[in-house]
Amino acid sequence: MSTATLRHRDASPARGSYGFRTVARMEWRKLRTIRSTWYILAVFAAAMIGLAMLVLKNENYAQLSAAGRASFDPAYDAFLGLVLGQLLLGVLGVLAITTEFSSGMIQATFAAAPRRPLVLAAKAAVLGAVTLAAGEISAFAAFFAGQAMLKAPAPHATLGQPGVLRAVAMAGAYPALIALISLGIGAIIRHTAGAICALVGMVFVLPLLFSLSNSLRDTAQKFLPDTMRNSLIAVKPVGHLLSPGLTFGLLCAYALAALAAGAWALARHAA
Amino acid sequence: MIEARGLVKHYRSTLAVDNLSFDVRPGTVTGFLGPNGAGKSTSMRMIMGLDRPDAGQARIDGKSYGHLRWPLREVGALLEAKAFHPGRTARAHLAALAASNAIGRRRVDDVLAITGLEQAADRRAGKFSLGMAQRLGIAAALLGDPQVLLLDEPVNGLDPEGIRWIRNLLKNLAAQGRTVLVSSHLISEIAHTADALIVIGQGRLLAQTTVAQLSARASSLEEAFFQLTEGVTDYSGSL
Repeated sequence: MSTATLRHRDASPARGSYGFRTVARMEWRKLRTIRSTWYILAVFAAAMIGLAMLVLKNENYAQLSAAGRASFDPAYDAFLGLVLGQLLLGVLGVLAITTEFSSGMIQATFAAAPRRPLVLAAKAAVLGAVTLAAGEISAFAAFFAGQAMLKAPAPHATLGQPGVLRAVAMAGAYPALIALISLGIGAIIRHTAGAICALVGMVFVLPLLFSLSNSLRDTAQKFLPDTMRNSLIAVKPVGHLLSPGLTFGLLCAYALAALAAGAWALARHAA
Repeated sequence: MIEARGLVKHYRSTLAVDNLSFDVRPGTVTGFLGPNGAGKSTSMRMIMGLDRPDAGQARIDGKSYGHLRWPLREVGALLEAKAFHPGRTARAHLAALAASNAIGRRRVDDVLAITGLEQAADRRAGKFSLGMAQRLGIAAALLGDPQVLLLDEPVNGLDPEGIRWIRNLLKNLAAQGRTVLVSSHLISEIAHTADALIVIGQGRLLAQTTVAQLSARASSLEEAFFQLTEGVTDYSGSL
């Protein structure tokens, strides 16, 4: 413990300043040095691929009615894992910010980078990139593994068919958008339990409540994330849904709104 | 150089800091002294931009904390003992902070060596004792080799050897011309390291003085401190 090393001769840039690039590097280091990040991503991939295989293996096309055969959508059926997967990546998004508050790390973070909206933007960029990569890899793997499980005479989906590539790509993007919305929720609520409750409420409870009312079911339910998921990944058209393009745009807007509200909340409250 | 000018902070109905002004000069260790609840931590948090003052301002070398270009290279702080994620290793914690201010990886090894944490560097920080957590906090404060250091109760949880180590560390840092502000509620502890003193009570400045001047006021340094803080202790007991 000599003090001779107190002064370091780092070829440090005296010019410039900290900014998005350096803070994003910090956030990437933070995200990847927590074990739960990798556990959550592993469970997410296993759920996506495992459920796709399970569902399509047990598909009994031969015994379907004519109507059942007409609406049979082997691409859509490969993404049942998203029901659980959206929650998993949502939890990852919540934890990325709430554990900083519960541990006190947020003080070190804001001491290193006092511009709080910038910190949230860097967090969102890193979380978005990681969850999008995990989402797309898992979605494509789930799609191919699922189709491989389908038995004749059931028709297989291929990426060349109209709408299928979009469905697979959106199945990967959807949970990443839920993760970003959840990061915003976490920044607003700042407590793990409360933010996860809000996430579960948004994804599972609101659709349940809306489905109890005829008027809400027909008008408002299509704007809920869990219903929008169906619009993104359906190849055969389903009633009462927005178009996939509009749905994707709206979900991006939700994420931006949640993050903007989160940035405002971070700037307003003491750390 | 730290300048506080007219700092005011309310928490709901309580006035935590009441029109507080002081200067912390480079080259000496400045003790920030006051009874529990005097507003020391709140003042330090306002200097760091973690709490927003209701009035007044704090400046570091003429700039507010939010306007520093490389905050960790200009100011190092130990505020809360455990300002880290318990699941991250000490090395990963420091490396992440270093990245935010473009500080090289070699400096992470340096501060681990300075604080004697090399052996524990790859253990998860959540398993650390309070003393080790305190050392990790000090390592983070030293990361950017800053000219200004703020340490809130740094001897908390340190063993006698650790306490002696931190006294020497702070004196050396000040001798190198840095600005060092150290809070404590124990005059006897602060007298070992500090020359300059800022004494506050109930959020107000009671004295900006030196250890020598204060001890000349009464039969002992402790007696002088008690006289100064008489009437501003929130939780005074009686026998």
